[in-house]
Amino acid sequence: MTTSHEPEKIPVTVLTGYLGAGKTTLLNRILSEPHGKRYAVVVNEFGEIGIDNELIVGADEEVFEMNNGCICCTVRGDLIRIIEGLMKRKGRFDAIIVETTGLADPAPVAQTFFVDEDVREAARLDAVVTVADAKWLAQRLRDAPEAKNQIAFADVIIINKTDLVSAAELREVEARIRAINPYAALHRAKKCDVPIADVLERRAFDLDRILDIEPDFLVAGDHDHDHDHEHDDGHHHHGLKHYHDEDMQSVAIRLEGDVDPAKFMPWINRVTQEQGLNILRCKGIVAMKGDPKRFVFQGVHMMLDGDSQREWKPDEKRESKVVFIGRDLAEEDIRNGFLACAA
Amino acid sequence: MTDARATGSLTQHARLFEAGAHVVAAAFVGGAPMLALADGAVLIGEPEDQKRVDVHPGAAILTAISDGKMLLTGGDDGRVVAIQADGAPQEIADEKGRWIDALAMRGKAYAWSAGKQVRARDETGTVKTWSAPSTARGLAFQPKGYRLAATHYNGATLWFPKVEGGPQTLEWKGAHLDAAFSPDGRFLVTSMQENALHGWRLADSRNMRMTGYPAKTRSLSWSHDGQWLATSGADAAVVWPFKDKDGPMGKAPRECGVREARVTRVAFHPKALVVATGYADGVILLCRLADAAEIPVRDPGGGPVSALSWDATGARLLFGLETGAAGVLNLPA
Repeated sequence: MTTSHEPEKIPVTVLTGYLGAGKTTLLNRILSEPHGKRYAVVVNEFGEIGIDNELIVGADEEVFEMNNGCICCTVRGDLIRIIEGLMKRKGRFDAIIVETTGLADPAPVAQTFFVDEDVREAARLDAVVTVADAKWLAQRLRDAPEAKNQIAFADVIIINKTDLVSAAELREVEARIRAINPYAALHRAKKCDVPIADVLERRAFDLDRILDIEPDFLVAGDHDHDHDHEHDDGHHHHGLKHYHDEDMQSVAIRLEGDVDPAKFMPWINRVTQEQGLNILRCKGIVAMKGDPKRFVFQGVHMMLDGDSQREWKPDEKRESKVVFIGRDLAEEDIRNGFLACAA
Repeated sequence: MTDARATGSLTQHARLFEAGAHVVAAAFVGGAPMLALADGAVLIGEPEDQKRVDVHPGAAILTAISDGKMLLTGGDDGRVVAIQADGAPQEIADEKGRWIDALAMRGKAYAWSAGKQVRARDETGTVKTWSAPSTARGLAFQPKGYRLAATHYNGATLWFPKVEGGPQTLEWKGAHLDAAFSPDGRFLVTSMQENALHGWRLADSRNMRMTGYPAKTRSLSWSHDGQWLATSGADAAVVWPFKDKDGPMGKAPRECGVREARVTRVAFHPKALVVATGYADGVILLCRLADAAEIPVRDPGGGPVSALSWDATGARLLFGLETGAAGVLNLPA
């Protein structure tokens, strides 16, 4: 477990989304806006980019298993190679955008940033941004496991083509998304017309920023565009429909007071080892007994990254919160296990 | 630093200069120092009389190798270029913007890879193509015969470009990066994504695992007698014995130049069992294998050492750093 970013690391934004959702539209939009930034863009299909960009790199999504005894530990070999090559052009671009194919699982991309030391030294994963088709997402969630993965994994979700659906259909698709991932920032868009600031420089994987961006990250989301409901009690709020997705859930647990590190550390390691195949993302802020600082962690499948963060403020309630998003999670087991870590 | 073992210093004999960009590779070509730079240029000549040749205009040199007679560069413009001692560039190939990931050369035969596509060009200029199962990260010509090794995911493949069909794949799970044949052609060694080396004894495809590195090995250098392989990726140059018929199997490697900094480049002296060792903190040491004696060549600072090369006689050492710092050492007579 290492400490968080250094300023010179190149931010990497991962664009996902099912076929036809509008990833390329978003990419073209980012590249054409007069933001003064230079992007290196990693794409799978040359020729789809309508904008002249100096640095467009073609990739074959090469997913490699690591020989480290961790069965779900896969990385994007092509990305490791490309980032190494791009570093030779350091200073000639400000950020990297990786567009995945419509059927891609975002996990190997994210895990590359946990596993590969050279990548980690040069670059930092900024956020996973998923573009969803307002009209077709609900159906894709039923018939395409890839689409569900992409929603569950996302830090930012853009519901695109909202002009093609009614207000009721839009509320429906938002509720479907929230049933899977209540924590991502949700944005409505037509032709991906979202402010660039909502997509880039999110620092979603930055331990130091876990709560600075989302002061109430259990309540979730984006303060500008939508309204959310507390998920850990499971009730309706603001008249938002509440769905339960059949196989993808989030589990959020709050524990008042301190946690015993001698119980918590083995527990979190065990949970992510035993259920890591099913856990897509996890995050948490923990009040460790006797520690004036907050312990924060985040993970992807079996991989965990954690660190002591800032001190608890005098007027701040010492409490611990953990969140898991995944498939067929053993919710009661996770809940009871965490609550048993109380100091 | 292990000052007790140091036997003096050569730092005052090194002439330092600014190369102006990340130094990707260093070589003496026809006796003249040459640095391949990430900004697409090759810097040629002595520090006081250098010329820059813009070999890959507007692009970056991703990889470069040399046999002492020529420097071969591969760019992210998709071009492979050969540069003679006089600095005249000759285009060997143009893959239309596809990154050149790896290069190999022997005599007038060249090989390069762009993604999965591996190409070999013989002395007559005939180009053959082989498609690897995944991106070919490393290439090496076998010391004898027109045979090329290409690394990829889950192994390496030996390919005779002049023979139709029948490439031989050596399998080993995981992603293989750089490739190097032992000078006697008995062994093929690859570096891996998992902070390890893998080797095959070619006579019987027997596997050799060389593990224990805290980081990836990206620099491999054989001793002049072919009996030792120096490697980067640890806080010392890790030197494996290849003298016996089993290679390093069951033997511990030597370590020299142990410091609290990662070794990033290694280069065996062309005539003596001395390894020039470059570290992530900019230090360069000469380490003698026999007694691990160390002689400093460059003081700390300026970033990771990214290129090291001896001249053919072993009288001069050319070096460069990721930050563009560079220098040439003239060993006192």
